[in-house]
Amino acid sequence: MDMLVEAGVIKQHLIDPEICIRCNTCEATCPVNAITHDDNNYVVRADVCNGCMACISPCPTGSIDNWRNMPVQRAYSIEEQLGWEELPPELSAEELEAAGVTDAGGGLDAAVQVEVEPVVTPGEAPFMSTSYGATTPPWSAAHAYTNLYAPKRPVTATVTGNFNCTEAGFENETHHVVLDFGAMPFPVLEGQSIGIVPPGIDALGKAHHPRQYSIASPRNGERPGYNNVSLTVKRVTHDHQGNAVRGIASNYVCDLKVGDTVTVVGPFGSTFLMPNHPKSNIVMICTGTGSAPMRAMTEWRRRLRKSGKFDGGKLMLFFGARTQQELPYFGPLQSLPKDFIDINLVFSRVPGQPRRYVQDAVRERAADLASLLRDADTHFYVCGLKSMEEGVLLALRDVAQEAGLPWEQLAATLKKQGRLHLETY
Amino acid sequence: MSTVNYSDKIPNNVNLSEDRTLQRALEGWQPNFVNWWDDVGPDGSTAYDVYLRTAVSVDPQGWAQFGHVKMRDYRWGIFLNPGDANREIHFGDHKGEKAWQDVPGEHRANLRRIIVTQGDTEPASVEQQRHLGLTAPSMYDLRNLYQINVEEGRHLWAMVYLLHKHFGRDGREEAEALLQRTSGDQDNPRILGAFNEKTPDWLAFFMFTYFTDRDGKFQLSALAESAFDPLARTTKFMLTEEAHHMFVGESGVSRVLARTAQVMNELKTDDAQKVRAAGAIDLGTVQRYLNFHYSVTIDLFGADQSSNAAIFYSSGLKGRYEEGKRTDDHVLKGQTYKVLEVQNGQLVEKDVPMLNALNEVLRDDFIKDSVAGVNRWNKVLEKAGIPTRLTVPHKAFNRQIGALAGIKMSPDGRVVGEAEWAAKKSEWLPTSEDFAFVASLMGRVIEPGKFAGWIAPPVMGINRQPVDFEYVRFG
Ligand SMILES: Cc1cc2nc3c(=O)[nH]c(=O)nc-3n(C[C@H](O)[C@H](O)[C@H](O)COP(=O)(O)OP(=O)(O)OC[C@H]3O[C@@H](n4cnc5c(N)ncnc54)[C@H](O)[C@@H]3O)c2cc1C
Ligand code: SF4
Ligand code: SF4
Repeated sequence: MDMLVEAGVIKQHLIDPEICIRCNTCEATCPVNAITHDDNNYVVRADVCNGCMACISPCPTGSIDNWRNMPVQRAYSIEEQLGWEELPPELSAEELEAAGVTDAGGGLDAAVQVEVEPVVTPGEAPFMSTSYGATTPPWSAAHAYTNLYAPKRPVTATVTGNFNCTEAGFENETHHVVLDFGAMPFPVLEGQSIGIVPPGIDALGKAHHPRQYSIASPRNGERPGYNNVSLTVKRVTHDHQGNAVRGIASNYVCDLKVGDTVTVVGPFGSTFLMPNHPKSNIVMICTGTGSAPMRAMTEWRRRLRKSGKFDGGKLMLFFGARTQQELPYFGPLQSLPKDFIDINLVFSRVPGQPRRYVQDAVRERAADLASLLRDADTHFYVCGLKSMEEGVLLALRDVAQEAGLPWEQLAATLKKQGRLHLETY
Repeated sequence: MSTVNYSDKIPNNVNLSEDRTLQRALEGWQPNFVNWWDDVGPDGSTAYDVYLRTAVSVDPQGWAQFGHVKMRDYRWGIFLNPGDANREIHFGDHKGEKAWQDVPGEHRANLRRIIVTQGDTEPASVEQQRHLGLTAPSMYDLRNLYQINVEEGRHLWAMVYLLHKHFGRDGREEAEALLQRTSGDQDNPRILGAFNEKTPDWLAFFMFTYFTDRDGKFQLSALAESAFDPLARTTKFMLTEEAHHMFVGESGVSRVLARTAQVMNELKTDDAQKVRAAGAIDLGTVQRYLNFHYSVTIDLFGADQSSNAAIFYSSGLKGRYEEGKRTDDHVLKGQTYKVLEVQNGQLVEKDVPMLNALNEVLRDDFIKDSVAGVNRWNKVLEKAGIPTRLTVPHKAFNRQIGALAGIKMSPDGRVVGEAEWAAKKSEWLPTSEDFAFVASLMGRVIEPGKFAGWIAPPVMGINRQPVDFEYVRFG
């Protein structure tokens, strides 16, 4: 086949040695064995290659798709090509002419030389989920007190309850701990957190810094009318990389006995707060101990409902854990009435079952979430492991966009109106 | 249980529709495979249409068809390179005899073991990579990840086909077990160590695809020489796909280096902390990742002396890399090869029978190939005017397998004491701080044509598409 040779010019097939990864695909593909290699380069035999293009799309790098107009007599030999570190430049029209080639460009297929102009923005900011979180509370939220007790002036609480609220004997043991403040003022709202100061000193001889824990009880106490709060604390036995470590504060808290006293700072948080108006909807998305604020909000709504103050607002919960046994409050959750809260539990590590994550459930409930997203009375709360945040937001974005709601615009509104709150750690 | 339309849904060139027994076996296996994919395949990707290259036949027109496909609907196929009825065994004790179309009874157990071990690595890497889609540095990279994932899935099919077709009930059980082991699982892990390691971030992923998929290239090349013809033909075809995986690794690291060099030049600094603060990956971290992945991968070639390797070769099961291009007698009896050993605290070379050293031979071929690519990475730095060069560590560095296992060795090849090892380890291997830093850069970028700040855009798009092409449609 002669299509490459015209007017003394050969459109020589060359491989770009700077891009080629020496994977051998072209050599294995070429039907006429035009390609060969040594330790340095992959090369094409000009006298064998017939330009059939069979090697072009299989090449994973695109390095094979290079063509040079060359005078036939001066075509690059195999030996020359094997020594290359980069492709030689195109011969100019003058050079070609000097080599006795007239009409250099004529009859050559320019299409194969089309180069791709990258239209890219390097260094552009990645999808930053945190930037979507609101920095103001919902308009109907109650006023929160914060920093009543600074680290220099902490308050003491007494442990009045401590039990494992996950199934005994399973990983990720999580404790439900009740702390009573006695006569000391400690007003809290659902969604706030407190700081626990572990006793003792760290490796540098300094006092341990306080660790934050979300409050799991409603504003009027774990037990209504008492000055107490509950926490949901996971015993940390491995760090985020999976290496065994013993978390200082979490183990201290999980091992507390009724009657022990604890040093507390706080309360903290003035934005991750629930709406108070009766028609507001709350969508809660959480994993593990991220359920603590969700429990607080749910319980407050349940108490209000019992007293006949709420009917309109919907509650929807997406709750993920590795297994049912590791899911805090699994039992109590089951007993909440279905017409009160729409619960979606997902587990990522049930043997023999596909792994499911909260964002999967969010996607599955797209239809219901879309109508909630349209409703200006809906508030979204995301709490739990840092790694969930992005997946959840991307899922919400997809749900919105599928429903024809432009995400960036909607997200900006949610943020401005204090209706999308993120708290991950 | 769904039945499968084989000629359509599972493109194949093995006459599947005419082999009732095989068809039934695969009908049993197929839904479990799909469950496995749904369960531990790419995270949260079921709704996406991905611009994938799909093989529908082995000829050049058929095996690289591009289009947007849901990964679940990818045409997992069974392909064997065209056979040659007169092919002869070209190495080992059976040299010159006709290649086998069936498994000879006496080699059954060994062949099965080889195929199962190869097959086990394919789903393992999908499992290791399942979370990476959530932190892809660009839509282009996301697509490449998914391409690798589906091809690993197809390679699994290729091995399962051999097990079902040629190994009867044992084969079916082994095929089943391939879906039951899980990478990193405490109770039921994948067979080889490197396939139970985590691939926590994209730098690790690029190193993995550069080094560990290159191990795949060498193992598949050795199997492509096999006297068992169906295995040779299957692996030959897999090799053409494996290429893309190595491309992702090689170009991925290149792009990381290009971006780092750019940041270093802009800031006029080689201070790792400043480079990090600017959101790029410092060269020290890249070198430590390289050290880790290189040493873990060369362990995959097995013990430096192995009677199994000798048996596999002499009996014609597994050849050498590019066996056909070598000019020795292809029997190797009475020949020797140099392997390393530690004597009195010193590394020494020792001659051992070549046949027993074939793992080492393959490892050395791999090393040569890897080093060539590392030199190509260095060109990126060189071009940018950065004086630092990446190097592969000494062969005995950080080894867990063979005569060198347990020896404390510096990357430049000195035997060191426990104390020096402990003191220098964090300069040589990635630390938890390195991992945390790299992890902190991992955010998802999925707008077409945009790239995370720690990586440069690629030189060109896939299949001559523009770089800002919509490689993934998020349905
Ligand atoms: C606003 C906020 C609210 C929080 N709410 C809760 C809550 O309701 N319940 C709760 O249990 N925790 C909650 N946390 C996390 C909590 O503050 C501590 O980080 C956690 O209990 C670990 O502290 P530690 O002292 O046991 O571990 P440390 O001794 O501080 O750390 C030991 C190691 O474990 C790692 N590590 C820290 N936390 C985790 C974790 N969760 N999983 C795996 N590895 C970890 C650390 O990086 C470190 O390597 C919250 C954090 C924040 C910022
Ligand atoms: S264009 Fe055809 S003949 Fe030329 S190298 Fe490629 S496959 Fe071979
Ligand atoms: S197929 Fe492409 S990348 Fe692979 S060796 Fe050939 S030219 Fe190089």
